[in-house]
Amino acid sequence: MSEKRLAIIATKGTLDWAYPPFILASTAAALGYQVQVFFTFYGLQLLKKKPDLKVTSLGNPGMPMPMPMPVLLQALPGMQGMMTHMMKQKMKSKGVASVEELREMCREAEVKMIACQMTVDLFDMSREDFIDGVEYGGAATFFEFAGESDICLFI
Amino acid sequence: MSDFDQELDASGLNCPLPILRAKKSLASMDSGQVLRIIATDPGSVKDFEAFAKQTGNELLEHREEGGKFLFLMRKS
Repeated sequence: MSEKRLAIIATKGTLDWAYPPFILASTAAALGYQVQVFFTFYGLQLLKKKPDLKVTSLGNPGMPMPMPMPVLLQALPGMQGMMTHMMKQKMKSKGVASVEELREMCREAEVKMIACQMTVDLFDMSREDFIDGVEYGGAATFFEFAGESDICLFI
Repeated sequence: MSDFDQELDASGLNCPLPILRAKKSLASMDSGQVLRIIATDPGSVKDFEAFAKQTGNELLEHREEGGKFLFLMRKS
């Protein structure tokens, strides 16, 4: 059985959107896939040593709220922090792994994580901000692996 | 339920943790040995079937008991 390959582009940097790439990457690795994730733009936040990921209901009418709340209220200072806190509590109580935990499992399973060098420069980020083991490259680097992949996802 | 060599209690854990923990446990076992997994995530039933199918590890048995899902998986 030849090894299947999964390629993912992770472009989002919020707490909720941190989950799909890490869940799929770690699970695919557990199923025997070779996996590469290319982190670009806001997705780079997921590679930070201490990721400070937040969730917001703004611009996201699909987010379940404990009570109906007008959008203007949702925009008040402190609301984002409160929602992030509530989401984290909820996840913990339901036995959902933390982002850091899933990321560590990806690392253990030798999921290759590539940071987009162009966006690292664009946002004046430093390689010291990121976890060890991250590789740096561009679009051509991504295609080298993605071109031979069985599944390719843009998240 | 028949004999097993190792047990993994994944109670309270949600997708994809039961699968990831099972994979880890299996990695430390020898071929032919049996892992017993206890889970509470209802999604794990379908997931362990899919995991077995894709990894070649054999799902010997699965059943529900008192709100828990019990699996026996033999390492390929």
